[in-house]
Amino acid sequence: MSNILALVEISHRGEIAASARGLLAAAARLGTPVAVVASARPLTDDDVARLGQLGAVRIHSAVTAAADTVLVTPALEALSGAVELFQPAAVVVPNSVDGREVAARLAVRTGGGLLLDAVELRGGQGTVAVQHSVFGGAYRVESMVEGGLPIITVRQGAIEDQAPPAVPELTVISLDGTAWDASSAKAAVIDAFNDDATGSARPELRSAATVVSGGRGLGSAENFVLVEQLADALGAAVGASRAAVDAGYVGHAAQVGQTGVSVSPQLYIALGISGAIQHRAGMQTAKTIVAINKDGDAPIFDVADFGIVGDVFTVVPELIEALNANRNVHV
Amino acid sequence: MKIVVLIKQVPDTAEERTLDLATRQVDRGSAERVMDEINERALEVALQLKDADKRTEVVALTMGPDEATQALRKALSMGADAGVHVLDGSLAGADAARTAVTLAAALKTTGFDLVLAGNESTDGRGGVVPAMVAEHLGLPLLGSLASADISEGMVRGVRQGENGTLNVHAVLPAVVSVTERSAEARFPNFKGILTAKRKPVTTLSAAGLGLPAAAEGIARTVVVSTAERPARAVGKKITDEGNAAAELAGFLVTNRLV
Repeated sequence: MSNILALVEISHRGEIAASARGLLAAAARLGTPVAVVASARPLTDDDVARLGQLGAVRIHSAVTAAADTVLVTPALEALSGAVELFQPAAVVVPNSVDGREVAARLAVRTGGGLLLDAVELRGGQGTVAVQHSVFGGAYRVESMVEGGLPIITVRQGAIEDQAPPAVPELTVISLDGTAWDASSAKAAVIDAFNDDATGSARPELRSAATVVSGGRGLGSAENFVLVEQLADALGAAVGASRAAVDAGYVGHAAQVGQTGVSVSPQLYIALGISGAIQHRAGMQTAKTIVAINKDGDAPIFDVADFGIVGDVFTVVPELIEALNANRNVHV
Repeated sequence: MKIVVLIKQVPDTAEERTLDLATRQVDRGSAERVMDEINERALEVALQLKDADKRTEVVALTMGPDEATQALRKALSMGADAGVHVLDGSLAGADAARTAVTLAAALKTTGFDLVLAGNESTDGRGGVVPAMVAEHLGLPLLGSLASADISEGMVRGVRQGENGTLNVHAVLPAVVSVTERSAEARFPNFKGILTAKRKPVTTLSAAGLGLPAAAEGIARTVVVSTAERPARAVGKKITDEGNAAAELAGFLVTNRLV
């Protein structure tokens, strides 16, 4: 079976990115998964075991101190080196801020072709085809690459399964002292990392099974707590419309829509969100949509499976109570 | 300093955007075509620099059909000094690779100290063209900046990453892309709209840029199929008269959603 390279991102704190599972699963569908990692420190035994668990049959570990100080280039160098070494049939990278830049530059370098933001992949007969969700899920488009190496960015959270575990064969190389190292003046330099405050016990927005989002209808940052309360009652992630983010009710990371995160959860609950077309573009592929809004003419009701024309401040506390009562019955 | 801002004309996100199922391309007739909002923000970064130092030269560069001229005129009315339009029938339906190679060739023609772009267009959303252009030109990319601080010979900025932000810098010449967290764009004023008509717009063809008529020797991304997602079935809609929460809880439990 042909090799499929998967770019595994590793944070400056040494954590393997959550995208690794889906990427290795995607790679396993197309061939033999080879994890490619660029990091400042060598991988630990735990890292190697974890990547094996996620399906990496081989691990190509490129070590360079520059991984923490130079933007994107170390991962690009690791991946272009691995392309020469493994002659892969395809390369998969996360559709992340860094991943897209790596894929873009790799495509120019190798003369390969890009398949972007894939939500589904299939291989066979030496071809790779991927599906994209376009215009906020209004269209499904399938595409492939002609005449070169397919380089695929995979939407985070889109691939749900996991590859069969493997005992990985590890290769470690150093990128220091290579031709790139000498010309690194041409790269962008990282001066500092400012990590988001973590500690939230809530699931990650992109991949959560349930999302509760709030909009301008919440009225204030204090009132936005209502959204968080319902989210916690459902074990859900918290989202928001752009209006709520712009009004400062909640941080930008929670923004769902055209210019924020796209989500496809099992259940999406929109509280006080009118449903501007830009917001719907980020959530209308949810399996079930529930909307609660005072304005019965709000466009969100056009996509809702269950809509309530009512006051969120009345309905949501009652809903939390009803859900708790239901839970107690079943305990 | 000479700044070239990359401009793309896109269907307005405030309208229903459609794909032409026969050609598998964006249906240009379905929604109003506008200069992408993210490009307006990129242009704003350049114009603020020009406000502070009048010697700054701002050029708007686009690739697209005849109508894309309107996007250039918008950029000129906001305050750009000149426009460059890469116009060539052979570029219709160009993928990211062909777009990037074409823009890079045009940039070599115009010359620049800094290239500014949006991090991703609101139609394709691929977010790869700025990086591909940078790779063709052998330049650093400071991508996805929420803010950019440009001085002689250097760009510093705050990059929006996956787990937070990063402080980054690069020496010029460089390519920079900004996110929608970057400063809101100005509206063209009356004087800007009047003077825009007199500003120069240069048209370049693919052949004029020394590019082959078709994408020879590079891989192409081809669309195999395009399907419209079936419209959502109309759901249940009730007005709260005191029991809506209980009904909703019942709906969620019955459908095993909680």
